[in-house]
Amino acid sequence: MKTYQIRYFAILREQRGLAHETRPSAAPDAQALYQELQDEYGFTLPVDRLRAAINGEFAAWPAPLADGDEIVFIPPVAGG
Amino acid sequence: MPFRIISQPIQPAALLHPQAGACATFEGWVRNHNEGQAVDSLEYEAFAELAEKEGERVLAEARERFDLLAVEAVHRVGHLQIGDLAVWVGVAAAHRGPAFDACRYIIDELKARVPIWKREHYASGETTWINCATRGDFADKTPPTAS
Repeated sequence: MKTYQIRYFAILREQRGLAHETRPSAAPDAQALYQELQDEYGFTLPVDRLRAAINGEFAAWPAPLADGDEIVFIPPVAGG
Repeated sequence: MPFRIISQPIQPAALLHPQAGACATFEGWVRNHNEGQAVDSLEYEAFAELAEKEGERVLAEARERFDLLAVEAVHRVGHLQIGDLAVWVGVAAAHRGPAFDACRYIIDELKARVPIWKREHYASGETTWINCATRGDFADKTPPTAS
């Protein structure tokens, strides 16, 4: 079991009802962690429409995780 | 910092350079309609740490690809009203060709890659996170522009 710091933005923040949480999980990577969270909170975006950022930098799926990592799931962007 | 996320109104930067004969700028404004809906206002949110890093990378790429003398860009976050300036890009170069080309490259890449999101507020009182729909034809479209 590891402990992760998860930050949420935009539609995910709204659907989770939080901007940040500390979560213990057995998920080995960000993809598995998202599936776990999606099952629990009903996130509408499928994982293949997201990008992952670990410790402040983009990471390629499945994005392996280490204990204490900060994960951000990035919904489709819409700047401009 | 040539690319910044800010929450205050954008003050377009000075790009004066003695060798520059051209300055091209792009302003993205909040407009009152999108996809046939009447828009009241727009809310922008950013993952600021990564947005600034990725924005810096876009500007660095522009410097590599085009012959530029100065380059700067800024994106605003928060709740913006119709007519507000949401994003500003400015480049200076010896000649107009690279200035125009770089300006276009930068805004296109910023819109495609930088972790910034916008939520439209409609006259009906409803809101939508742009580009985050999961059903309907809206989901696969490129995000609409504020320009």
